[in-house]
Amino acid sequence: MTVEYTERGMLKYSEKLLERFRNPKHIGEMENPTVVAEEGDPQCGDMFRLYLKIEDDRIVDAKFLSFGCAANIATGDMTVELVKGKTVAEAERLQIKEIADALGGLPLIKMHCAVLSYKTLKKALAEYRKSRAGSVSPPQG
Amino acid sequence: MRVYLDNGTTTPVAPEVVEAMLPYFTEKFGHPVFPYSLGQEAADAVEMAQEIIARSINARPEEVVFTSGATQANDMAIRGVAYANRNRGRHLITTKVENPSVLRVCERLEKEGFRVDYLPVDAEGFVDTAELEKRLSDETILVSVANVNDEIGTIEPVEEIGEILRERQRKIYLHVNAAAGYGRVEVDVKKIGADLVSLSAHKIHGPKGVGALYVAEGTPIEPVYFGYISLFNLRPGTENIPGIVGFGRAVELMMENFERDVAHMTRLRDRLISGFEEIPYTLINGPRGKKRSPANVSCSFKGLEGESMMLHLDLNGISVATGSACSTTKLEPSHVLTAIGLKAAVAHGTIRFTLSRYNTEEEIDYTLSVVPRVVEQLRRISPVKPEQL
Repeated sequence: MTVEYTERGMLKYSEKLLERFRNPKHIGEMENPTVVAEEGDPQCGDMFRLYLKIEDDRIVDAKFLSFGCAANIATGDMTVELVKGKTVAEAERLQIKEIADALGGLPLIKMHCAVLSYKTLKKALAEYRKSRAGSVSPPQG
Repeated sequence: MRVYLDNGTTTPVAPEVVEAMLPYFTEKFGHPVFPYSLGQEAADAVEMAQEIIARSINARPEEVVFTSGATQANDMAIRGVAYANRNRGRHLITTKVENPSVLRVCERLEKEGFRVDYLPVDAEGFVDTAELEKRLSDETILVSVANVNDEIGTIEPVEEIGEILRERQRKIYLHVNAAAGYGRVEVDVKKIGADLVSLSAHKIHGPKGVGALYVAEGTPIEPVYFGYISLFNLRPGTENIPGIVGFGRAVELMMENFERDVAHMTRLRDRLISGFEEIPYTLINGPRGKKRSPANVSCSFKGLEGESMMLHLDLNGISVATGSACSTTKLEPSHVLTAIGLKAAVAHGTIRFTLSRYNTEEEIDYTLSVVPRVVEQLRRISPVKPEQL
């Protein structure tokens, strides 16, 4: 039998992450969003809902709701911060690692939180693209 | 205000305990194995602690072996009795709601060829004794049940279980993990009819890293650790003398004020429960009244997640534990909450408040003013509505 070294029983969060958890800047509901996407399952202990307001292919506003742990709230808030003001194409290029790095790193066991908000973002953007593809492009100028 | 409500995880060491321990680090530091004066002093200290602990559980001093804690005591008891009785049978019975220090040892024994039954519990966490009787067989050698559930505070019917086992012609040994129950409910090994009882010091204002195993005289048990025998055949190695002294002193303090402390904790517990019941969509886990540990309040706040709740309470100076998967390294909800039939989504929103004699009415006032506010705050930002769960 080999010895498996596991992470500490108690999780160690970075100060940056805890600060985001205590004072999230983008949490809340949004009225009349362009798209809403949801990922996760409360049975599994985390759920994430993302609202995007998109004008001229640019994310002019974003908000989220969270049922989850401190990492869930912090990664959600950081994801929103990283895409707000960006174009849809720019937001599509966001990497999971950027979210984690912006929070001063994530405990390995909490990486799935960053994955959850990332997946929700991808889903929202895909939905937006789909709705655009189905409609006639707005007149230019 | 700082409020410590996680006494089920560990407790602050009583100042009297620290005082009793201090000389054993620097002046009375001898090894108990040799009879020169320093060694004798250490051996005497161990003997005295054995006497105090034995008296507290209605046992004899020689029946108390010191360990590194309840985890080690559980391992020594379960594997020790299983190995010593393997020729009489290879069947053990425990429950689905035991501490991991019991469950992991049982799983290990299953790999070694023993058979283990895990008894179900009802919605309040009580072990099904009828099911126990059904599972007893000519192969059964040991039953292991905690007297108090450490997560939801259910006081298990260990005396009834002891009686069921005594009625059998064939001797079936009873092990009781009393780590969560010691200092909260009476532990009388004779009344229970227990052959083995595990105790821990750090849950009763003693130091961490020390516990004890009661082994009734005549119980066949094999050592599971090997090495230099100092005072105990079952537990080789140098004893934690300052820890043992502190454990003894902690038990003295516990016994001196037992009834007063239990009444005090019960009053605070019931205030917390009535306060939390007023918060909508909130469940109290475990039984009410006399069959609940005086120190335990387990509460599921629907629509929010326990780790966030724990950390928000911490921001307000209140320390609690959570049954949420998210605050541990395994991302599953607590096995106890699952066993009582809680949906995972609800189990994730579970907070455990555990009391000690040091908690005050003012601390409870403060907690009752903070908790509803934090619950509301977290529900406001949650996409999961409590009424949907």
